[in-house]
Amino acid sequence: MSKQLIEIKNLSANINGKEILKGINLTVNEGEVHAIMGPNGSGKSTLGYVLAGREGYEVTGGEILYRGKDLVEMAPEERAREGLFLAFQYPVEIPGVNNTYFLRAAYNEQRKHRGEEEMDAVDFLAVVREKMKLLELPDAMMKRSVNEGFSGGEKKRNEIFQMAVLDPKLSILDETDSGLDIDALKIVATGVNRLKSPTNASIVITHYQRLLNYIVPDYVHVLFDGRIIKSGGKELALQLEEKGYDWITGKETVAAR
Amino acid sequence: MSEALDTIEEFVQSDYKYGWVSNIETETFPPGLNEDVVRLISAKKEEPEFLLEWRLKAFRHWQKMAEPKWANVKYPPVDFQSVSYYAAPKKKKQLNSLDEVDPELRETFKKLGISLDEQKRLTGVAVDAVIDSVSVATTFRKELHKHGIIFCSFSEAVKEHPELIRKHLGSVVPITDNYYAALNSAVFSDGSFCYIPKGVRCPMELSTYFRINAENTGQFERTLIVAEEGSYVSYLEGCTAPMRDENQLHAAVVEIVADTDAQVKYSTVQNWYPGDKNGKGGIYNFVTKRGICKGDRAKISWTQVETGSAITWKYPSCILKGDDSVGEFYSVALTNNYQQADTGTKMVHLGKNTRSTIISKGISAGRGQNSYRGQVKIGKGATNARNFSQCDSLLIGDRCGAHTFPYIDVQNTSGQVEHEASTSKVGEDQIFYLNQRGIETQDAVNMIVNGFCKEVFRELPMEFAVEAQKLLGVSLEGSVG
Repeated sequence: MSKQLIEIKNLSANINGKEILKGINLTVNEGEVHAIMGPNGSGKSTLGYVLAGREGYEVTGGEILYRGKDLVEMAPEERAREGLFLAFQYPVEIPGVNNTYFLRAAYNEQRKHRGEEEMDAVDFLAVVREKMKLLELPDAMMKRSVNEGFSGGEKKRNEIFQMAVLDPKLSILDETDSGLDIDALKIVATGVNRLKSPTNASIVITHYQRLLNYIVPDYVHVLFDGRIIKSGGKELALQLEEKGYDWITGKETVAAR
Repeated sequence: MSEALDTIEEFVQSDYKYGWVSNIETETFPPGLNEDVVRLISAKKEEPEFLLEWRLKAFRHWQKMAEPKWANVKYPPVDFQSVSYYAAPKKKKQLNSLDEVDPELRETFKKLGISLDEQKRLTGVAVDAVIDSVSVATTFRKELHKHGIIFCSFSEAVKEHPELIRKHLGSVVPITDNYYAALNSAVFSDGSFCYIPKGVRCPMELSTYFRINAENTGQFERTLIVAEEGSYVSYLEGCTAPMRDENQLHAAVVEIVADTDAQVKYSTVQNWYPGDKNGKGGIYNFVTKRGICKGDRAKISWTQVETGSAITWKYPSCILKGDDSVGEFYSVALTNNYQQADTGTKMVHLGKNTRSTIISKGISAGRGQNSYRGQVKIGKGATNARNFSQCDSLLIGDRCGAHTFPYIDVQNTSGQVEHEASTSKVGEDQIFYLNQRGIETQDAVNMIVNGFCKEVFRELPMEFAVEAQKLLGVSLEGSVG
């Protein structure tokens, strides 16, 4: 039996006093890929930020157990060091900070957290090279500043690359497909698939089904108005593609009456 | 959002590492300034007549001048009569070698990370150590002498090379130049002198380390660098002072003369005591630095990292007289808590095809106020002169300020002047991004700030660049938590 990685129980959360998540229940086990789908404004990205601990996203109810610990109590950097990774929808530019330097700092924070010695620049370069090969990334990317002047596609690939190096237990991919052309999408998806292992898991947040042609989920959840209103297997994504979200959200409205 | 501000506020609390006082027996003049004091300083230093006359001329001129008010800084008027104009560690006897330097002084510099011990030549840097008003030691003089390089305290240079001093002193910054330069000319007590003969490439970095120790004194040092035809030197300057509740005055003058094909690179890491977090105490740093590219193809490059001082008033400048000469100014200025900085440069293009580059990075945190003030002047004869200026400001928190005052004066139609400016904030989204990769907030801010300053740091000599990065980290300590 696979181990439970994260258990979200009746989670509600506010942004600036406005309730966005209204009771989320979700359990993700090791080795699983979960897709969270839903129309714009349903709370998908909020869920990602709440899990990552972004300031201003206030948990007002329920609980999140991550590897047996209370996630809400943990600072964002602690969550990261514990293997929780968020691939950002809009990766931020950090001008003048070398990509490799930044990533080594992040990598060493994890190592320190695990009580391991920090890795020097030479050894780290070997790690980087190996992962770059895996993701078919150009060398030049590592010499540039973090996301500075990167195209939309390059930024997303850089997110997946960071994910490869940091080797998280739980990856949350927030709309990684948005703004990608089909070739870039394939590269990103291939990367994610290659990083998949029986001991890690991903939550793939997406608006469109097309990413799920390449990253095949074990479970699909539909988020609407702050709640998961339907869960199913990968076929659910196809149904959504065909029928649109109104098919379920409409039903939900009726059911609520 | 208010939560974010609180954490930023916390991050801006900083500790000053160099705030201790050494117990050194000091000879100090009573506070006050008049002609007799000027004469006394000159007598104390056994100066030739010409220098005393020069000082007196400067003093008389200074008395007629008014303190400049145009800088974007606020402070109560300085009472120049309450300052002591000379403080020197008492010498037990004449020093014959570095080994005879007072152990307490040696210890002071060791604590500052400056070794006066030539055996420990780790960084390959020759140091002139100046404490309060006098130079106490200069390392590697013999080795430099082999190359014909003169590197010694200003006082020694006056005695041993009066002809050079007479020729160059005041040739770039005349006594009438400005209020603080005039004051410095009247009362300067020591400093460094450096002479690189024709065609010589200085084999090591030269540096002066300034330390204020005595209380209620002003430090008025003077540095003169003369680079003859085709020579090269890289010069570093560092400074610290104890933590005191009273403001202390530092008014220095640096002059650089670069002849044909000569190159001078002057780097400063300024870390005078900035005052406490409520703005009490700190150094008033009123400095005049200027270099002249006297000959064709000469190059002067100023790099400064200004993290200390309660008030900084400083404009390292270049007069580009020779044709094809080059002036550069790279600056990082950080103001935290109640610090104020009004700093920048002047590039005066006189020769043909002269080029200048200005890269200024201002960082404001706490209630710090940071102003860039720069002038680019292209004279009538400066055909095809070019300038590129870039002034970037970074704000941390919402109680600080960044200001830019560029002045452009072009008198030759072939001149090309470019000015770019930007202002940005350390974003909550940038910090969160780094947090999400396991990097805590303070390290995240340091990383962002260092990235912002990269273009300037890469101009610094290696050891200095590392020190500058650390210093920025310390100066920002506590600024977001």
